[in-house]
Amino acid sequence: MHAHPDVVAGFDAALRGGPVPAGLVARDPAEVERRFAVYRNNVTVSLTQALATRFPVIQRLVGEAFFAPLARLYADTDRPKSPVLAEWGDGFAAFLEAFPPLAPYPYLGDVARIEVARGQAFHAADARPVDPARIAAADPDRVRLVLHPSVLLVRLAHPAVSIWARNQPGAEASPQPLPLGPQTALILRDAAFQVPVRAVGPGDAAVLRVLLAGDRLSVAADAARHAEPGHDLQPLLVSLMRAGAIVDVKE
Amino acid sequence: MLPNLLPDLPGVGFKPEHFAAIRHSAAGIGFFEIHAENYMGAGGLPHAQLTAIRADHALSVHGVGLSIGGARGLDPDHLARVARLCDRYQPESFSEHLAWSSHGADYLNDLLPLPYTEETLRLVCNHVDQVQATLGRRMLLENPATYLCFAQSTIPEPEFLSEVARRTGCGLLLDVNNVFVSCTNHGTDPRAYLTAFPLHLVGELHLGGHEAEALPSGPLLIDSHGAAVADPVWALFAEVIAVAGPLPTLVEWDNDLPDWPVLAAEAARAGHILAKGGMGLARAS
Repeated sequence: MHAHPDVVAGFDAALRGGPVPAGLVARDPAEVERRFAVYRNNVTVSLTQALATRFPVIQRLVGEAFFAPLARLYADTDRPKSPVLAEWGDGFAAFLEAFPPLAPYPYLGDVARIEVARGQAFHAADARPVDPARIAAADPDRVRLVLHPSVLLVRLAHPAVSIWARNQPGAEASPQPLPLGPQTALILRDAAFQVPVRAVGPGDAAVLRVLLAGDRLSVAADAARHAEPGHDLQPLLVSLMRAGAIVDVKE
Repeated sequence: MLPNLLPDLPGVGFKPEHFAAIRHSAAGIGFFEIHAENYMGAGGLPHAQLTAIRADHALSVHGVGLSIGGARGLDPDHLARVARLCDRYQPESFSEHLAWSSHGADYLNDLLPLPYTEETLRLVCNHVDQVQATLGRRMLLENPATYLCFAQSTIPEPEFLSEVARRTGCGLLLDVNNVFVSCTNHGTDPRAYLTAFPLHLVGELHLGGHEAEALPSGPLLIDSHGAAVADPVWALFAEVIAVAGPLPTLVEWDNDLPDWPVLAAEAARAGHILAKGGMGLARAS
């Protein structure tokens, strides 16, 4: 007779591939192993599905046949710490980068970072867009624009935004060569609950960094001109407003 | 404490894929059930959809992650998130499972079995007490689908659940498919199980599909929630309703989702049996 903590520990060890603990009974003792395998399979398959739900583009890139054992390995090294599986997998990007068989595909980690950020944006808190008239009426030297909680800026060492975009369901093969070098991704949830991803240039990235830090729009404009001479704020601000991503104006 | 207030009608598990179809027509659907853990983000589409569903329908919040049968205390952070969800949506019912799913800090994402002993009875009662005190409401505890038994168990499952209900005041969620799956797997009689089950404590029924695999000693049934309800489960359900009268009855379909009309037809079939059960009782009284 085992105390319950020992029962749970023994069961979990068997889920991880250890021997099925004594004291588990099937109608035919020869079938204990097969029947226990239902639990092993439930854990493995459900966690693989959870990871595939959060990382559909990684699954596309490596293929389902490779993704399943990859997910199993990841689940063994970084098990969920909470029942909210939409939050599980923040470490998947670093895991992919450190996994030797994937060394020829160094961009996978960055694609996973985009998928992590998209999940965060999808579930981020709600906020109503500000009336554009309030932006127009504000003092341009003093105004601070508050961005929607879903707005994220992700710096990537690889052209992962382009890779992500070309690996959407139904995406056509592009005749254009992939851009080279790092990209910065702007990710947000728009008013229709879509979560588009786009690469932004150094000027827009500088603006977004300043706004996300809560600083004034005039500071953002200076940072943008420094990062990208001749940068024009207007197109970015218009696209943020259209997406409902400016939620408050402070002076 | 808040009682369970679901209507004695068929309900279905809400899936975002069905949202548009449900908004078009949810005729005959008495309530929707959600898995609590899918609505623990801060905002966005899941909450927008749930708010719309909740405005028009009765709601059951069904937890899958509290690990009430676990060896250690409940995760207070997770329990607090469940409480926030219930505060926000004020569901007619909250339910969880007689199972464990966490070990230490790790969450295993399956409903795992426990031995039924005096020790685990005390543990489960403590956990149910804690859930009910935190939520400020009576919860329902669901019988699990199991694939193995524990030699050390000393209490039959229906008796174990009765005793938890007696000590904590919780109600029970009777999953008829789980009864059929478990009894088939263990070579026992589902009708004997149901006879031993305290039907007067049942606040909700679950129906769902299972998969079967042939093993030398007999079929291995797996609670997959990925298929239509099987005929023997419909038969058991009708027998339960004939005895207990109509009860809130959920059709669960979580994997290999069908189009809405298929799920709605399963709910309508349950509704037909519930209506007949109600008439039978009315005549008898």
